[in-house]
Amino acid sequence: MATAAVVSGERESYLNAKYGLKSWLLTVDHKRIALLYLISITFFFFIGGFFALLIRLELLTPAGDLVQADVYNKLFTMHGLVMIFFFLIPAVPAVLGNFLIPLMIGAKDLAFPRINLLSWYLYMVGGTLMIYTILAGGVDTGWTFYTPLSTEFLNTNVISAALAAFVAGFSSILTGLNFIVTIHRMRAPGMTWNRLPLFVWAHYATSIIQILGTPVVAIAIVLVALERLLHLGIFNPALGGDPLLFQHLFWFYSHPAVYIMILPGMGIVSEIVCCFSRKRIFGYKAMALAVLGIAVIGFLVWAHHMFVAGISLYAALVFSLLTYFVGVPSAIKVFNWTATMYKGSITYQTPMLYAFAFIGLFTIGGLTGLFLASLGIDVHVTDTYFVVAHFHYVMVGGMVVAYLAGMHFWWPKISGRMYPEGWGKLAALLVFVGFNLTFFPQFVLGYMGMPRRYHAYPPEFQILNVLSTAGATILAVGYLLPMVYFLWSLRYGAIAPANPWGAAGLEWQTTSPPPEFNFENQPVVTWEAYNYDEIPEPEEVPVAH
Amino acid sequence: MFQHMPLWPDSASKMSGHVDELYIFMLLVTFAMTGLIFAGVTIFAVKFRKRKGRHAEQIEGSTLLELTWSVIPFGVMLIYFVWGAVIYFRERTPPQNTAEVYVVAKQWMWKLEHMEGQREINELHVPLGRDVKLIMTSQDVIHSFYIPAFRIKQDVLPGRYTTMWFHATKPGTYHLFCAEYCGTQHSGMIGSIVVMEDRDYMAWMSGSGSQPLAVTGEKLFSELGCVTCHRSDTQGRGPALAGVFGQPVLLEDGRTVTADENYVRESILEPAAKVVRGFKPVMPTFQGQVSDEQLNALVAYVKSLNQPQAAQGTVAAITRQP
Repeated sequence: MATAAVVSGERESYLNAKYGLKSWLLTVDHKRIALLYLISITFFFFIGGFFALLIRLELLTPAGDLVQADVYNKLFTMHGLVMIFFFLIPAVPAVLGNFLIPLMIGAKDLAFPRINLLSWYLYMVGGTLMIYTILAGGVDTGWTFYTPLSTEFLNTNVISAALAAFVAGFSSILTGLNFIVTIHRMRAPGMTWNRLPLFVWAHYATSIIQILGTPVVAIAIVLVALERLLHLGIFNPALGGDPLLFQHLFWFYSHPAVYIMILPGMGIVSEIVCCFSRKRIFGYKAMALAVLGIAVIGFLVWAHHMFVAGISLYAALVFSLLTYFVGVPSAIKVFNWTATMYKGSITYQTPMLYAFAFIGLFTIGGLTGLFLASLGIDVHVTDTYFVVAHFHYVMVGGMVVAYLAGMHFWWPKISGRMYPEGWGKLAALLVFVGFNLTFFPQFVLGYMGMPRRYHAYPPEFQILNVLSTAGATILAVGYLLPMVYFLWSLRYGAIAPANPWGAAGLEWQTTSPPPEFNFENQPVVTWEAYNYDEIPEPEEVPVAH
Repeated sequence: MFQHMPLWPDSASKMSGHVDELYIFMLLVTFAMTGLIFAGVTIFAVKFRKRKGRHAEQIEGSTLLELTWSVIPFGVMLIYFVWGAVIYFRERTPPQNTAEVYVVAKQWMWKLEHMEGQREINELHVPLGRDVKLIMTSQDVIHSFYIPAFRIKQDVLPGRYTTMWFHATKPGTYHLFCAEYCGTQHSGMIGSIVVMEDRDYMAWMSGSGSQPLAVTGEKLFSELGCVTCHRSDTQGRGPALAGVFGQPVLLEDGRTVTADENYVRESILEPAAKVVRGFKPVMPTFQGQVSDEQLNALVAYVKSLNQPQAAQGTVAAITRQP
């Protein structure tokens, strides 16, 4: 391995440019901040995952026998809060987006490096509040904070939980703001809008949602806190308020938030499918327009969460129709990824295996979303396990799988080391099998009528729940493995060359790991994205011993 | 465990079969589409795997193909939309002359009261082959009344009525679930819907000897003093109520509202909110003085005034007509 010898040794990189705890905690390097995020979101992912495991264990038997009802309600509430606000929303943008956007557009850093650091500190303040909420006895509002339950009828830590989500929201707003300015102002010479990698387009669309949507949920959450403290009568009908107003405000953000979680994942998959097919993307313009379209139309569909909540018949018709408009750009994405593979030269490294899984699972997640958009079906299956299965297919089957795909793909760039390919493939297989076994039975449970958020359930639902719990244990192993071998690879992994996959994209033209200011010389771009006809395939990917 | 493992819910209402038909259609489309994508990915992955001496062929894209796989799925989605909307429209528009049951939800039980006055908790007996309408409200948080065997669900809100209706087609006992998370015992807020043959239902009905809800309402109407202003002639300080229910009402501010259950309820609790044209906002509020059950009785009484022979005791007989 001639390449490995060249880059090994004590070459200077962003990892060893400075030393000491202070050089990390006060860093303004987007790559180091990405690593700070990586450590924090991994911590919260395993906390949220632990809650999920307890939920699945409780549901192994029909009777509520492992934990008490109140504890169960806290478990699913905190699972949702931790996973959504502290893992899914920040995961790809704050870790991979942060690390890669400046590299991909040929910039030295984000436009506002200090604001970037502030984002992480806000995230940590929110995270600390969340940990406080958990340690102080938890919260049992459901992650949706529905009023008047959350404002008048619970004595748990609602205020601190609301504050946690509120503060984390500002972290998300600042990240989005930073990305938009960076993508507009910091592109290298020649990096035109038509040459941007789709990963960057996806983050651009995501950022728009972050800065336009998040303030609304922040307002809604503050109003919940104020109503709890001062009995304002905004949402509580006993005081003249309207509980549905809360649902409108909440879903105005929280539905687009679903796209915050999935669009960056789509960006990752576009990069990986092209790389391991040695192909340019099929229909670049359509793919870029599709993510923007999803982001814009995504703002117009929120009341599809409220078809049985008591909204008017005609409002329901309009929101059902608008929801189908989101289906079109999503369909384009799936078909174009598949078409990209046509006549390619395909290899099956771990990131590509995850990308295959993403395409399949996102297809199922998307198609079952169309069931829920249909009014007649939604009335029956909303608030049942059908919904739980659907959004886990999108959030876990889609987003978490895409995140893992991206982590494996860019791990050589981030760490300078290769992960062990065999273990990587095994983990990908476990995740795929475990995921489907966990969540596919839940579609059946949902149509049979099992409501979500049930601590105990009628016995005829048991066998499917047993399957689901069995799947969850496999899934847990699938998630623990990468955690272990990524850490292992930091010391024992093969040294990564600058471009182990022979991938297009500016981030692969600098060293692995990159120097503190990303590029030795200012790159100038004269080619379109995914110019795989001009890039030689790698001879051999270095492997760990 | 295995002999009791259904994979499909009971189908026991006029609507449930229609929902199942749409669901099966969607399942078939979903299997076909998922199969197409899985097959595409698998075939391409195998057929175009890396081989010595062969290189990837670069393809820009194809607007024609992209239009094809936008327009065809959208067409299918429009079928989903229209078909689902038709079912929803029927679910949301109850027929005339239904039997009515008033539902009061609270943490963590369902209280049900038939027009004829029978009261039940967590169990609802309904006749086979008849339209039944539920008029629902909550005393505390949001709940949701869900009968999987009928494929219907409706959130139950504090401070207002929501309604749903069904037409049971198969005798039996079916699950009633609360489907909106409502606190500690959410999963314990369950019950059953008992669908009975007409004869059995009549026998069950006659067993209790309770008085019709409208009669209870009529008594309240005089006890609370409503009758002094809302007189049956047109000389009262408030509007006469006979024949008003279900009709459009012209308000002082020029708006027109329909006098439905929610309007009657609001007019009792917040009389100044929507004052009828020609009257002054002189009515005191009854907020906090009447329970949800009493409100239901008053609403039932106001409704019964639409029946010409709505004298005491005959209400039950009328509402029992199909």
